[in-house]
Amino acid sequence: MIVRIATEGQYNVDDAVTDQLNEADNKVVEAVDAGDAAGFQSAYDALLAIVRDNGTELGDDDLAESGLILPPPDLTFEEASEQFTGEGLMPD
Amino acid sequence: MPGLGGRFSTVVKAKVSKLLDRAEDPAETLDYGYQKQLESLQNVKKGIADVVTAKKRLQMQSDKLEQSVVKLDTQARQALAAGQEDLARQALERKQGLQAELQSLDTQVAQLEDQQTKLVESEKKLRAKVEAFRTKKEVIKAQYSAAEAQVRISEAATGVGEQMADVGLAMQRAVDKTENMKARADAVAELEAAGTFEDLTQLGEGGDDIDRQLKELTTGVNVDDELSKMKAELGAGSGGDAPQLAQADAPAAEEAPAETPAPTEEGQGS
Repeated sequence: MIVRIATEGQYNVDDAVTDQLNEADNKVVEAVDAGDAAGFQSAYDALLAIVRDNGTELGDDDLAESGLILPPPDLTFEEASEQFTGEGLMPD
Repeated sequence: MPGLGGRFSTVVKAKVSKLLDRAEDPAETLDYGYQKQLESLQNVKKGIADVVTAKKRLQMQSDKLEQSVVKLDTQARQALAAGQEDLARQALERKQGLQAELQSLDTQVAQLEDQQTKLVESEKKLRAKVEAFRTKKEVIKAQYSAAEAQVRISEAATGVGEQMADVGLAMQRAVDKTENMKARADAVAELEAAGTFEDLTQLGEGGDDIDRQLKELTTGVNVDDELSKMKAELGAGSGGDAPQLAQADAPAAEEAPAETPAPTEEGQGS
């Protein structure tokens, strides 16, 4: 599966890692819901690390569609919270 | 998709799809997207240039402060040599204050420098992405020009469109960062320009307000240190030429005739 880390690049990640990604993703959501900024940061870093450590980066000209798009690595806690409530990173 | 229940990661994807769904003519959208990318790239470049300018301003102010520090140090030395310990103390106090400002300025400059390097790096990456996008969109447009290919063009364009949205997002964030940095640097520069530190550089009467007295409490120790060091230097360097400073021991120094500015041993002055 191709996973994009927004503003960074695309990675080809083995489907076997999907469960791990889902689990990490849930932790991020939990931290955001709980208003836990520090928890969010470490959970999000962990999620990104799974993609980077298990994936092979695609070239700039390999513009395939991603199965999954993660927000930018420098996402702030405020922005993360807005993902669910406000307009998110890309306003309509 | 294989069990992607994660809410967080899917939110962005949903947004991207929404953006693309609105595109009526994929070819036109690609061209427009490319134009937007070029414009944004210019904005990133301009942002970096602004940051460089702001940084230079801070550096200039830092240089100015540095000169003042040297000047105050010289003045303190002169005052001490002339037996005006009070004046020397004042100068050293100001020097301490300036040095603190200088340190925080230098930290700011270093931070700007660091962020600037990162921004230049990401601008380079973005430029490569924009170029790749340009090539790719032409290929797609050439491959699918017939009306029957409209459906497939949308499919192919999804990946390109995703890249388009992503480059746009990256540029937006880069520009935001440059603006943020510039604003911070400007704020510091304005504080300085408004003369917040100006009074510290003037060696004159100086008010005895509470602020000042509080500051004396903290800088006092440092100033005492420097004073005695200077005394020792002056004493050693001039080979006993300055009798009132001969001993660095605090109590002994107090009995020096500090009120005569030009001490003369051979009565040459009168």
